[in-house]
Amino acid sequence: MEGMAGQKSHLTWAVHISVALLVALWLFPTVGLLVSSFRTAEQISNSGWWSAFSAQKGQLPAIRISGDEAREDGLYVIDGNLFGTAETTLSAWGTSSRAPEAYEPDTQVDLDDGWQLTVERSGDFRLTGPQSFEGERLPRVFATATTPPEFTLENYVNVLFGTTAGAGVGQAFLNTLTVSIPATVIPILVAAFAAYALAWMEFPGRALLVAAVVALLVVPLQLALIPLLQLHNNIGIGKGYLGVWLAHTGFGLPLAIYLLRNYMVGLPKDIIENARVDGASDFQIFTKIVLPLSFPALASFAIFQFLWTWNDLLVALVFLGTDDDRLVLTARLVNLMGSRGGQWEILATSAFVSIVVPLIVFFAMQKYLVRGLLAGSVK
Amino acid sequence: MHPAFQAVLTIVIGLGGCIGYFWFSNQLLDKVLFPARGPNIGRNIRRAEMIRPWLFLFPAIFALGLYLAYPVVATFWLSLTDRDQGGAFVGLANYQQMLREAKFWEAIRNNMLWLIVVPAASTAFGLLAAQLTDRISWGNIAKSLIFMPMAISFVGASVIWKLVYDFRPIGQEQIGILNAFWVWLGGEPQTWLTITPWNNFLLMVVLIWIQTGFAMVILGAALRGIPEETVEAAIVDGANPFQIFFKIKVPQIRSTIVVVWTTITLVVLKIFDIVLAMTNGQWQTQVLANYMYDKLFRAFDWGVGSAAAMVIMLLVSPILVWNVINARREMR
Repeated sequence: MEGMAGQKSHLTWAVHISVALLVALWLFPTVGLLVSSFRTAEQISNSGWWSAFSAQKGQLPAIRISGDEAREDGLYVIDGNLFGTAETTLSAWGTSSRAPEAYEPDTQVDLDDGWQLTVERSGDFRLTGPQSFEGERLPRVFATATTPPEFTLENYVNVLFGTTAGAGVGQAFLNTLTVSIPATVIPILVAAFAAYALAWMEFPGRALLVAAVVALLVVPLQLALIPLLQLHNNIGIGKGYLGVWLAHTGFGLPLAIYLLRNYMVGLPKDIIENARVDGASDFQIFTKIVLPLSFPALASFAIFQFLWTWNDLLVALVFLGTDDDRLVLTARLVNLMGSRGGQWEILATSAFVSIVVPLIVFFAMQKYLVRGLLAGSVK
Repeated sequence: MHPAFQAVLTIVIGLGGCIGYFWFSNQLLDKVLFPARGPNIGRNIRRAEMIRPWLFLFPAIFALGLYLAYPVVATFWLSLTDRDQGGAFVGLANYQQMLREAKFWEAIRNNMLWLIVVPAASTAFGLLAAQLTDRISWGNIAKSLIFMPMAISFVGASVIWKLVYDFRPIGQEQIGILNAFWVWLGGEPQTWLTITPWNNFLLMVVLIWIQTGFAMVILGAALRGIPEETVEAAIVDGANPFQIFFKIKVPQIRSTIVVVWTTITLVVLKIFDIVLAMTNGQWQTQVLANYMYDKLFRAFDWGVGSAAAMVIMLLVSPILVWNVINARREMR
């Protein structure tokens, strides 16, 4: 075994590096979206998100000189700074869009009407003229400058509360919440009772029912769309929240029953049989013993169902409809991808708004999610 | 009524209704129908015990029957009828029409490609990630981060990857990392999502990115379940790490690999959101589920749409049968 030691440390380094690479590869796309959502539209279209953390050299949009004039030595003077911040450094400037990099910083340039303009490296400018600037159109400055990294929350404010930019992402957020919470809560109880019966009650046809649940586990919900839409229309539910909740309940039940039954079967037999001997009814055993003991499985399923209903697009499109005020986040995102495909500041921010809730649930409850996955698929 | 209020009301009514149903039906059974007293006490208790399981099961069976079992039959029937003729029976005409459409064959071809590439790649990456993260100190953090895309919706993931594939004309700064990298290598910027057939693979990358975490978690647990002795014995016999992994570990978790593979296969068969959001089936990227959605809700051709849904069902059914057989074997 001694011979392995050197080889092992060698290999350990390779492992560390490979894992770091893998993680970076998996994280990179999401980080890109997150970073983009904090940049202005201009920054996003001027440079890749990966350069957001370094100072950037680029041409700024035209800035029109403005400020209060003062009189100095018989001249009218306007002093000021082109940029709002102190960290921006000018590298070239011009007064026409045809020659935006015509002049060096600190050079004095003669304009028409005897005006003279100086722009310094820091962005400080000084405009002088023989007559008052009152009522005159002041010159524009095209500046090429190095700007420090800058991040903004403006996109989030726009998308969540603005009326035009986000086009209803705030509303869609509420809609998604409205869809997913009842659709998570309702199936749990129905499934728990059924799972108890399948795990701990003796009756003919039990094995057949378990097999049926396993079979229904993989039935594609694509098959259910039209028949159920017809059914909802016939019984007067139509397209609406009630229909979505019922559909999600139906589609979530096989997994719920399967997970809960597998868990309940594993509960210690003694406890349940002792309770039976003591005269407890099945109803009491279920509510007082099995349900509290099954909490981990209930939590696993709740997370699954919540993630699934929050992230779902198809069921919401079909059963809730495509009316503008009823769109869920995923449907809203698909619309935005069509209508504002180039406006990454809106798209990235909206996408992140839709992702953030599942991510919080994921990181907070990962233990239960993993447990549920293992119970659901390892046999 | 405000939807949020409606939601709270639904939770209350739904939960209250469930609890009420279970409680009252049990009371009814025990106190009124078959009371556990009087001359027939023994017979009554036995009868109550025979009926009770069905009280517990009824809501679930009802919902499963109505929302999953009935639609399979109804969709099959719809696929044999024509909506324009008032739902008249047309035999296999819808299927024939579907088989004549080039877009259908494109969808089938792409779906097959997805079926091969995505489960294979996700399982392979998952296995790699599981094995690599197993023995290092920050393995759990790494796992968490690779697992994270599981929580992101397909649509959200599509937005994320669309930014990666973004295209700007020559001369402009590329903001998509793929094009930036490509230009850095000396290429010309490409509109990646329109280049057939590679665009299909770029869409698959999105799903592989999501599913790898799932495969990693399940396979990681299986790897940890391998008895230490087998690995130690191999080390003593002088096996190198690669031999240990491929010849000792992988064969022992073969059944778990199959489970992961089939689970991802099921996801792939139903893949819809990613294609809808990124290309909507243009540039030869159509898949079955999106083809079906097109037929059902854009062309309003329920017959052909249902026929397409039945094709998906047909593709799923081998897995369905296999799962049922496995589940029955386990119950014995």
